[in-house]
Parts: sequence; structure tokens; C-alpha cells
Amino acid sequence: MSELKLMKGNEALAEAAIRAGVDGYFGYPITPQTEIIEYLMTERPELRTGMVVLQAESEIAAINMVYGAASTGKKAMTSSSSPGISLKLEGISYLAGAELPAVIVNVVRGGPGLGTIQPSQADYFQSVKGGGHGDYKLYVLAPASVQEMADFVEDAFDIAFKYRAPVLILSDGLIGQMMEKVVLKPQKLRMTNEELIEKNGDWAVTGKKGRERNIITSLDLQSEKMEARVRRLMKKYEQMEKEDLRFEKINCDDAEYLIIAYGSSARISQKAVELGRAKGIKVGLLRPITLFPYPKKALFDLADQVKGILSVELNAGQMVEDVRLSVEFKVPVEHFGRTGGIIHTPEEILEALEQKIIKNGSIRHHKTRESSIL
Amino acid sequence: MEVSDIIKPENQVFCKTKLMTDNSLSYCPGCGHGTAHNLTMEVIDEMGISEDVIGVAPVGCSVLAYDFMNIDMTQAAHGRAPAVATAISRLWPEKYVFTYQGDGDLAAIGTAETIHACNRGENIVIIFVNNGIYGMTGGQMAPTTLAGMKSSTSPYGRDIETMGSPLKITELIANLPGVYYVSRHAVHTHKHARKAKKAIQKAFENTRLGKGLSFIEIVSNCNSGWKMGPNESNIWMEENMFPYFPLGDIKVDGILKK
Ligand SMILES: Cc1ncc(C[n+]2csc(CCOP(=O)(O)OP(=O)(O)O)c2C)c(N)n1
Ligand code: SF4
Ligand SMILES: [Mg+2]
Repeated sequence: MSELKLMKGNEALAEAAIRAGVDGYFGYPITPQTEIIEYLMTERPELRTGMVVLQAESEIAAINMVYGAASTGKKAMTSSSSPGISLKLEGISYLAGAELPAVIVNVVRGGPGLGTIQPSQADYFQSVKGGGHGDYKLYVLAPASVQEMADFVEDAFDIAFKYRAPVLILSDGLIGQMMEKVVLKPQKLRMTNEELIEKNGDWAVTGKKGRERNIITSLDLQSEKMEARVRRLMKKYEQMEKEDLRFEKINCDDAEYLIIAYGSSARISQKAVELGRAKGIKVGLLRPITLFPYPKKALFDLADQVKGILSVELNAGQMVEDVRLSVEFKVPVEHFGRTGGIIHTPEEILEALEQKIIKNGSIRHHKTRESSIL
Repeated sequence: MEVSDIIKPENQVFCKTKLMTDNSLSYCPGCGHGTAHNLTMEVIDEMGISEDVIGVAPVGCSVLAYDFMNIDMTQAAHGRAPAVATAISRLWPEKYVFTYQGDGDLAAIGTAETIHACNRGENIVIIFVNNGIYGMTGGQMAPTTLAGMKSSTSPYGRDIETMGSPLKITELIANLPGVYYVSRHAVHTHKHARKAKKAIQKAFENTRLGKGLSFIEIVSNCNSGWKMGPNESNIWMEENMFPYFPLGDIKVDGILKK
């Protein structure tokens, strides 16, 4: 049965994991996402569904536990926050290389270094530009509400198993910590071992009963084989771009100016759009829901319609680079962001739009054109 | 008389281990890894559990263990095999899960994963091949490299003042309550190999009975890394490795040997 509850984002994600029939969660405490493992330990999912929850000795151990579980075709996940994700990156690269389905959650805090426990979106580059070593990408989902923290767990596993690839839920301290109403889906049964073998038996290591052995590895010492593996991965990413891109357009139909933002920045920007509209500024919001694949085409097309774009982020300017690449310098693109754990207000965002785009737009536009001609 | 008339199952005294694949081993001639593989596969075959075994290969010379062991295997990141095995065993408690690791893998980069999997008493088998060196990367100093022993990163010999003493990780692990069985062996002679096989068998029996963690160390040679011939390396091992890493049981049925 579905249920309406008031919950923290982190708790909603944890409850959704139990309800989605996840087999194993492996984690290590770090603010601002520790509620996930605390909730799971308190809820005793081993009694509710048989789900295994284990506190690992480190983020490195946790991601490699996920690797082990995923090797056997089970639904496995881990969560952490920025410094912990840095530690997991070797393991994430192995998951991608060995073509294993898994879900990783990053409830981002500010950095670099130990940084701050306050919310941030400074792990955009790490999430969409590889992060770990080698030629791989992550499918990245960016929730902007507690509801999406819950819903994206199942969505993430669907994608992970569709492509046999790791999926990242890129949240932040704001979405993780805030409380909202959330509709929780009914409990799904976990896959039995027999069902799992039926579904994943052609690749998963479950003991070679009645078949040739299976091997999970990311190693190819022969160059041709390694290149074939990389090509296979690139094919998956192309298919993700075609079939599983997600974004949302708000007030874009008549927009003369565009704000682009994801996650908590998108929530706040939505309010800025309302304030702008009340002042008579025709501003719209493009919210990427997946950060890879990225809504390049939607941005490219909107660039023919709007006079300028403001990329609103909780960082010093990361996604703005992808916005510029997507619009191919057709219109001015500026960045507005706060760091250190400070959250921008809707008023600040609107002011930034007015100052950086509306006021300066035509001048910048000219300059960019000139320099691109030179 | 044809060859097939002579080579018949009833008069065959030695044959290839059934659970080993036909791929030719990537190990240097004289290396102990091949024998350690064989013994492990013999035990699994004789116990009739080959369809219920999941093995975890390390990063090291034995990274390709899955090319040779004809069972389901997954290959772990350097040092992380015990974490990988932990999750497999927790999610498939009825399976036999083992890791096969070198000394760099288990006792340097993977020390935390090793100690914590042991401390949790995971119901798995760890087979630890200690050759006192990093074989795969060409003979660098390992945590188990003996005092004074030369390697490419201790070219003047291991100086314990600055490089620490060779780590007896097996003795450390034996002291953890979660660990049920710890035994140290060698595989360079038939006599040693037979004993090692018995220990490996006991380890997998412990898994069957759900007793917790069994840890089998195999002190082995690395003739390439040590820059010796196979024979010479075995003699050197007996004279230098065995005194520091004495063979025999260290903990049996959860009780430390005095
Ligand atoms: C993260 C990481 N660091 C370093 C390496 C390089 N590396 C590969 S194998 C190895 C040492 C293996 O030595 P050991 O575990 O003793 O195995 P052996 O080859 O001696 O059997 C090293 C350092 C690696 N693959 N990954
Ligand atoms: S380098 Fe050493 S450990 Fe590796 S195969 Fe050769 S002898 Fe064996
Ligand atoms: Mg070694």
C-alpha cells in the first residue's frame, strides 16, 4: 500500500530502498547523509525483507562490498558524502569497467578537503566527468525534492540493471536533510535466488550450477579486447542519451531569459522565476533531472529563443561549462553560485539574472561574437 | 601397443586437476602459485562443491586466477577481496566463498579490509600466498619482505629502522575472536603440499559448518622477484622465510595454539 509521510530526504531514500526490494546496503557514516544507515539499522530491514545492511570499515570497503554483491546479480547500494565518494571512486570505476549494476548516493557537502558539512553542488565535475580513472560515465540522477529522493531509488536500479552499469543519485545536504511530504510506494518483494538466476544467470557469479562458469572482471590485457570493452561502454552511454535523458521545463514557452539549475538550486530557482514573472520578466527554468545524459539539445534549441542563460549552482562554476558547450556560444551564459555551504536566496538569483544577463547581456553577446570571429 | 593402451585411468598415478582449466598458467616456472591453485581446486572438487563456490581473485600475479580455476569468480580491486567476499557471503550464506590473495594485496593496501572481515568473523576462506615480495609489479618490497632482504625498492636490503619489520599479519589475525582457524603452510614439496591441502580442506569444511573465518597462509617463493632459480629460491625460503614465518597451526577450532 502507498503511504503519505513527513520525512527527511535521507530517511525517505532509505525507506524507499527497503520498499524497492534492495538486497544489500553497505555504508560508512558521514554528515550529511548518516541518517540513511541509521534509519536502515533502526528499521531492521533484515526482518522486513531480508535485506542485508552492513556498516563497513570505510567507504572503500563499502563500495567493494557493493561490487561483490553486484557481481552476484543482487541489488546493492551505498551512500556517502563528498570526501567519502572520493574514496569510492576506484571502486566505482571498477563497477563501470566490470559492467556491474549498482546504485551510489552522494549527499554532497562543500569542499575541497574536509570542507564543510553544509550543502553544496561542488561535486558536479566529479559526478559527470568521470571522477574515477578510465573511460567511463555514470548515469546521474539529481533529485530536487524528498519525493524524488524516494522515487529515484527504484528508477536508479531500473537503469543500473537495464545497462549493467553503476548509477549515481547526486543529492545534496539540503535535499537530504529537509523534511517534506512524501508518498512511499508499496513494498516490493525481493527477488528470490531462483528468480535472480533466471534473470541474471548469464553473467552473474552465483556458483556454476548447470552452466559454464561466469567471470566478473574489468581486466583485458589484450589491447583489442580492452578497446572492444571501452566501445561497448560507449555504446551504452549513447543509448542512455537516446532513451533515458530526463529534464523538466518550467515557464519556458514564452521565456526571454533562462535559468538552468538542478537539485536544490532548481527548487530555489523556481521561486526566483516566480518573483521575476511577478516583476514582468519573462524568465523560464530548465531543470536537468539527469546530469548525464545532459539536456544538450533542449538547451541548444532554447538558445534560439532566449537572450541569455544563467546557470545557478551551489559551487564556484561547474555545470556552466556544459551549458556553454551545449549552446555553442549562441547566447551569453553566466554562472551564479554560492559556496561554503551558503544557500542562495530566490532574490539573489533574480538579482544575478538582472545584473549578469539582462543588463549586460547584449554587450557580452557582442564581445563573445567578436572573440569567436577572431 | 598404442599410447592409449598404456595411459588408462586405472594405471594413472598423476593427472591434471579436474577443476583447473586447460589454459596454460601465466606463472613463472617454479612459482608456488600454480600448486596453491591446484590444491584449492582439488579440495573443492573432492568436496563436490564446485557448483556452490564463488571465488574472489586479487590484484597481483594471481589476478588471472579466474583463467585457471574453473569456477565462478569475480576479480576484486587491489586489496579489497575480503570486502567483496563479505558481501557475497552475506547475501549467499549457503555458498562457499573464498579469496585468494598475495601479501601486498592482503597485508599492505588491503590491511583494513583483511582485519575487519576477520574481525567480523565472515564465514569465508582466505588463502594468503606470502612470497615476501610484490611479484606482479616486478619485485618491490612487500610488508612481509624479510629484514635485510633486497628488492627493487629496498636495493640495499630492508632496513627495519626506516622501513619497519616484516609484518606477521597471520599472527595478528589469529588473535581476533571472529577467526576460527589459522594455519601456515608451504607447497614446494609433496609433503608440504599434502599438509597444505588438508588445511585447505579443513577451511572449506569450516565454511560448510558455518564456523566463521578460516585463514590459510602459504609461504611461497617468487623466484623471479627474488632473482633466483626455482631450486635455489626454495632452499632460500626454507632457510630464511620459515624461521620468521614458522609453518604449522596457529589457531584451531577457535583456540590459539601455545
Ligand atoms: C590501487 C593499486 N595500486 C597499485 C597497483 C599495482 N600493483 C599491482 S599488483 C601489486 C603488488 C602485488 O603483490 P602481491 O599482492 O604480493 O602479489 P604477488 O604478485 O606477489 O603474488 C601492485 C602494487 C594496483 N594494481 N592498484
Ligand atoms: S613473479 Fe614471482 S609470484 Fe609472480 S609468477 Fe613469477 S615467481 Fe610467481
Ligand atoms: Mg607477493
